[in-house]
Amino acid sequence: MPVTVKIPTPLRKFTAGAESVEGEGASVGDLLTDLESRHTGLQERICDEQGKVRRFVNLYVNGEDIRFQQQLDTPVKDGDDLAIVPAIAGGRD
Amino acid sequence: MPQTCAIVGVGGLGAPAAALLGALGEFDLRLVDDDHVDLSNLPRQPLYGREDLGKNKARTAARHLQAMRSSGAIEVREERLTAANATTLLEGVAVVIDGTDSLPAKRFLNQWCCGTRTPLVHAGALGWDGQLMTIVPGQSACLACLFDDLGDDREVLNCEQEGILGPVVGAIGLAAAREALAVLRGEIPSLAGRFAILDGRTLLWRSLATKRRPECPACGQLA
Repeated sequence: MPVTVKIPTPLRKFTAGAESVEGEGASVGDLLTDLESRHTGLQERICDEQGKVRRFVNLYVNGEDIRFQQQLDTPVKDGDDLAIVPAIAGGRD
Repeated sequence: MPQTCAIVGVGGLGAPAAALLGALGEFDLRLVDDDHVDLSNLPRQPLYGREDLGKNKARTAARHLQAMRSSGAIEVREERLTAANATTLLEGVAVVIDGTDSLPAKRFLNQWCCGTRTPLVHAGALGWDGQLMTIVPGQSACLACLFDDLGDDREVLNCEQEGILGPVVGAIGLAAAREALAVLRGEIPSLAGRFAILDGRTLLWRSLATKRRPECPACGQLA
């Protein structure tokens, strides 16, 4: 069973509207690379040019913030879930 | 003396929050907004009608709320929150609801509230997604603990690019009011230490545990 990745609304344009997709890899970084192979453009919205997670995005493996674990080297296994959480700003207009 | 809840931005998020808190009449309100009611606002900001077009949102909201409440004061500040006027606009309030729609504004409000130890209800909505968390400075994670740097609106998606849906932003605004009420009543807010996300398509909420970061530039030094 692969890792389930929850996609926030602003990034669903890269997953043909799917709210969750599946991917594989031994670490979060591997998983993102695998996702990019099937959902072109997704990784670029999550990671910057240096390959680090963008400042306004957080990633959670099974509800745990990867910044408090091993960042992109945080291990994942089949059955885990990854949540992508970007900061969003709308709501006044 | 009644406690005061400030609502910064009386639009898609702030107007529903103001309606709920205003109707209760249990606490004073301070409405902060320099914006004016636009035709495009009406579908998701039910406090306003066609007769309000072109009028200041904070003042107009206060007029409508005064008509429906029996007690409690409503103060109006027809200004945009800035570093220069923040202390004047927000001094003395017990809790702030963030109804702004730009990341720099949210970052500043978080910083100001942490610096003054004022509880803050952070709210945001975009497309089908809504986000909410309550920050009790020195006790629960703040926005800067959660996001290393909010950057600016050129880097992230905002409602001008993605649109915003009335039911989603309304639900977030009402939930924000509930969190503010908890603070005002001396209860523990449900979302202090949790970051809640609403998926407007499924109407499912999920929440993630948040942790304070000792190196957080906004609240790391607070005991």
